[in-house]
Amino acid sequence: MNLDFSFITGDLLVNYIWGGLKYSVLLTLVAMAGGIVLGTLLAMMRLSGIRALEWPASLYVNTIRSIPLVMVILWFFLLVPFIIGRPIGAENSAYFTFIIFEAAYFAEIMRAGIQSVPKGQTYAGYAIGLTYGQTMQFIVLPQAFRNMLPVLLTQTIILFQDTSLVYAIGAYDLLKGFEVVGKNFNRPVETYLVATVVYFVICFSLSMLVRRLQKKITIIR
Amino acid sequence: MIQIQNVSKWYGSFQVLTDCTTAIQKGEVVVVCGPSGSGKSTLIKTVNALEPIDNGDILVDGTSVVHPKTDLPKLRSKVGMVFQHFELFPHLTVTENLTLAQIKVLQRNQEEAKNRGLKILERVGLSAHKDKFPSQLSGGQQQRVAIARALSMDPIVMLFDEPTSALDPEMVGEVLDVMVQLANEGMTMICVTHEMGFAKRVSDRVIFMDQGRIVEDCQKDVFFGDSDSRTPRAQDFLRKILQH
Repeated sequence: MNLDFSFITGDLLVNYIWGGLKYSVLLTLVAMAGGIVLGTLLAMMRLSGIRALEWPASLYVNTIRSIPLVMVILWFFLLVPFIIGRPIGAENSAYFTFIIFEAAYFAEIMRAGIQSVPKGQTYAGYAIGLTYGQTMQFIVLPQAFRNMLPVLLTQTIILFQDTSLVYAIGAYDLLKGFEVVGKNFNRPVETYLVATVVYFVICFSLSMLVRRLQKKITIIR
Repeated sequence: MIQIQNVSKWYGSFQVLTDCTTAIQKGEVVVVCGPSGSGKSTLIKTVNALEPIDNGDILVDGTSVVHPKTDLPKLRSKVGMVFQHFELFPHLTVTENLTLAQIKVLQRNQEEAKNRGLKILERVGLSAHKDKFPSQLSGGQQQRVAIARALSMDPIVMLFDEPTSALDPEMVGEVLDVMVQLANEGMTMICVTHEMGFAKRVSDRVIFMDQGRIVEDCQKDVFFGDSDSRTPRAQDFLRKILQH
């Protein structure tokens, strides 16, 4: 097989790939931020000791974690226009889907994070007069985040890879950009090879960063 | 200032506190001692409702800790507590440890809180460490910061829960010195401790607990001096602890 990469030029990257990359990165960041906020709330619900809060949170987390992501993406894309009465577009649909989906995973990470903070810290917060909310905000969650930072970032790397699944609803992301190039230039093998390398380089460098961070955190402790 | 009235508490079917009643006056220094598992730590934690009680009542400055309408955070902000394992906030500097609750609970501004905190830090002799993190301090220094953290809230009473038990022996003295100084300044204190030297030197009263009950509650001189009139359980405890 003769591989020919000569069709890949700067112009091509700007025209086809750059927009897709921006969307993939943005989707990752939005899903991470939304997922962490929602996930933290879910984790606090599951640890609240109040059954009326624990039960729905557990149901949510366990249900989402039992469904393949690509199906959630599809169902959300098909159902939401029905519910709100108008189409919202593949890209916007994916934002909601990923926040909802990732929240379930971040919830489990944050639950472990909160549990990693010794109970005495909560007592100390209460003892100086902080409320439950203040104790969480100023004492427990900052420590939980710090303890869980490497895991949170690793999950974000997985999340970045998972964003490629939006091909199922035709959203224009990084992978889609390469796919279009492959079709337009009739060079699918070369473009998918390049796409693989691009995903690898991004994810591998992020992993390296996480590893360095992990070492740093260990030193601080 | 503090009334503990017929307090009982169960962990499941196990009764940790049985009908405990005592009162602490303003300015009084009370040492609570007893064998491990006797409920002394549990009792002291009921005073600021870190441990809920099943029966009886506790009044702090006239406010009941069990009444559902009681603003517990407000009540706790007036009661300083020092823990066996310090429980400083590891992600905050010494100064931040001292100012957090002043700002969030007492609504003091940053400047006020910092001034108050640093003044108290000076009293416990740790001004030089104000920008360090707790992990950079020795155990004794951490416990002194923990005492300073409690004091920066201007509490009306201080609770000490085995403040020297987790310390290396050579660091016990520096923490006890701060406690002695506090007692001499007239602070109301309840101390769960095995430090009988401290009890003899500065306490007014000694409470001896065994199996969840207050077995002895008497003036220091009576407790240590008139040993023949003590219960056999207290005599036995004292013999064991004073041997060394």
